[in-house]
Amino acid sequence: MDLSAINPLLFVAGFLVAATPLIFAAIGELVVEKSGTLNLGVEGMMITGAICGFATAVETGSPLLGFAAAAVGGAALSLLFAFLTQITLANQVASGLALTLFGLGLSALLGQSYVGIKPPRLPDINFGPLADIPVIGPILFTHDVILYLGIILVAATWAVLKFTRAGLILRAVGESHDAAHALGYKVVRIRTLAIMFGGACAGIGGAYISLIRVPQWTEGMTAGIGWIALALVVFASWKPWRLLLGAYLFGGITQLQLNLQGAGVAIPVEYLAMSPYVITIIVLVVLSRHKGGAPACLGRTFHASS
Amino acid sequence: MTDTPLLKLSGLTKAYPGVIANDDVSLSIAPGEVHALLGENGAGKSTLVKMIYGLVKPDAGTMQMFGAAFAPDEPRAARTAGVGMVFQHFSLFDALTVAENIALGMENAPKLNTLSQQIRDVSETYGLPLSPDRVVGDLSAGERQRVEIIRCLLQDPKLLIMDEPTSVLTPQEVEILFKTLRKLSVEGTAILYISHKLEEIRSLCDSATVLRLGKVVGHCTPSQTSARDMAEMMVGKLLQTPTRANKTPGEVVLSLQELSANSPSDFGMPLRNISVEVRAGEVLGIGGVAGNGQDELLAALSGEMLTAPGMVHFKGRDVGLLGPTPRRAMGILSAPEERLGHAAAPDMSLTENAMLTAALREKLEHRGILNWGRARSFAQKIIETFDVRTPGPSNAARSLSGGNLQKFVIGREVLQRPELLVVNQPTWGVDASAAAAIRQALLDLAENGAALVIISQDLDELMEISDRFAALNEGRLSEPRPTQGLNVEEIGLMMGGAHGMEVAHV
Repeated sequence: MDLSAINPLLFVAGFLVAATPLIFAAIGELVVEKSGTLNLGVEGMMITGAICGFATAVETGSPLLGFAAAAVGGAALSLLFAFLTQITLANQVASGLALTLFGLGLSALLGQSYVGIKPPRLPDINFGPLADIPVIGPILFTHDVILYLGIILVAATWAVLKFTRAGLILRAVGESHDAAHALGYKVVRIRTLAIMFGGACAGIGGAYISLIRVPQWTEGMTAGIGWIALALVVFASWKPWRLLLGAYLFGGITQLQLNLQGAGVAIPVEYLAMSPYVITIIVLVVLSRHKGGAPACLGRTFHASS
Repeated sequence: MTDTPLLKLSGLTKAYPGVIANDDVSLSIAPGEVHALLGENGAGKSTLVKMIYGLVKPDAGTMQMFGAAFAPDEPRAARTAGVGMVFQHFSLFDALTVAENIALGMENAPKLNTLSQQIRDVSETYGLPLSPDRVVGDLSAGERQRVEIIRCLLQDPKLLIMDEPTSVLTPQEVEILFKTLRKLSVEGTAILYISHKLEEIRSLCDSATVLRLGKVVGHCTPSQTSARDMAEMMVGKLLQTPTRANKTPGEVVLSLQELSANSPSDFGMPLRNISVEVRAGEVLGIGGVAGNGQDELLAALSGEMLTAPGMVHFKGRDVGLLGPTPRRAMGILSAPEERLGHAAAPDMSLTENAMLTAALREKLEHRGILNWGRARSFAQKIIETFDVRTPGPSNAARSLSGGNLQKFVIGREVLQRPELLVVNQPTWGVDASAAAAIRQALLDLAENGAALVIISQDLDELMEISDRFAALNEGRLSEPRPTQGLNVEEIGLMMGGAHGMEVAHV
């Protein structure tokens, strides 16, 4: 075992990358749940985004177009969920599970001819001299644009929910759809938009795995990140900054266990591989001991009966 | 008052599948007028105000505001035109603050700081104390209503609609509300006021429109019309005062001996040393201010809350350790106060709700197999006997109006031929004629030999139907006294007890 083989700078830079898919998927789901809808289809939307982004990037040669396609793909799949739950008033839990199964199958079908191909690489942003700052430079200023977009998205979500009227309306719909309807707000429209936003975010998160983190296409490559995102939203008590912390914790341990595996630590690989999931959940459960924060109408079907 | 009415409705009609909610309704309201809208449950009052507020579109008819056509297609348009509405079930968001709640109900809400200042100003002007930073979930019913009223007032409404505003308020809060409404009326704001409480309408309103089955059946001036006459206009027939035959009570059915029990709820009231006997054919009325052990007493009698042995006896048998099902089998039935969620499962049909409490006594099940046919006809029987207004027994309990569901819940127990019936608030939120019918059914039950324990906040009701009266105070029950000859001061003393003296010390 040789722990000195672990480069701390590469380690930190690596866990920022590992956390990014989770940040996208979770912040999207946070907005969805704030509107009062529980979409368990995050995993399905991520994997669909992963293949849509991968295929588009390979065909066009542009990774950015790939990410755009991933957002469109995720949002399109989420529209199916919106139709089922908001229009036909189907059960949200069942619809979400179905969406995940459907997304996994659909992506496997779409991705048949893309196995083993290398996608075009998204270049890192050139920060010029900033990247040369010791320690901070290699950690913070050697990443691609999508990673920074994820952090900005968390900040923006926090600000919109807290300071804007649109955010207030979104929260109100999640708290009491009946009261919001009585005041004349379009509950179904607002929720549908939130669901599409969640789908687009999940799609980008999925594409980040297939285009940057791995980067290649294999079936089922999201490997449960969507489920972790769902748990993260709950354990972060629907708070964006806490969600960011949880994502970094998960990313950090993922990266650490990979490095430990590389360094040949005498722990069975299976335990190391499960450690990010276990530790993240334990920490977040402890953090969220004080219950509350859940939107009161989460998961409840809204029907505008007069 | 000007000659142009503030709001004029002509020929408004709205039909839902199977029922005409409003049929050719016309009325007009002048600026500053306090106009009452009267009617039984299901007479179409709510539908009418929803049309004015833009939540429902009329099928036919027109509305005019200050002589100009007024046809709001959504609440936003109605609010812009100067209509404000305070809902019967408050349209508030528990997790948000007062200021955020108010901002949600406004067009072009100002920044939160500015808004908070406006809220403070308005609440001071109208004597409605309210802090803008508090979370609505922590407020009392009266304070929540203030949030709604202030939300309306901030938009300078010309017409304020209030749907049963006093049903959740204490008498003191009602006083504050009425002062505010009178002040608004003097300033020229018209108020459309919906209530069941006829005495309130007589003291507050300038004019009244009476609806029955969706049609306008009359107008009157409340201050010059007696409550009884108004009630009869609403019902369309002469009201019958419940009658009871004087019978000598039979054997002891229920006997409580030093009943003491802690409340299952953290904020509940423990029962303390309650001893009382109720005989067959007798009605024991229990009064008292809400929260003095009413819910706990009902739970101890129905079997939801078990008590130590030797405290609760039914026909000489100790039942303190038996749960609700064996007690029901023996003939101890009960109807709790909270209709939705306690007495009835909101999303289940009336048939299913009938099955839930009547399976045993009406033999709706046989060795664990449910007989839905019998349950359905039992539900149908309740609906017919108690005049429950609903399209049929397959409708969800939630879809019934409060009064109709109350009739169903009481009827369900009465028709199971109880030997002991315990009811909490039998006629809460029920209109005059339905209340009379429920009281009559309870009296008929007593006449046929059942023992009844009626818990109620309505003293007039208790005086009308009970043979003996006792009051709950801090979990203790006063010595029961014969109702006949009992006067108000004596009742007050029974209700106050030591509680009143404690208040006097402070």
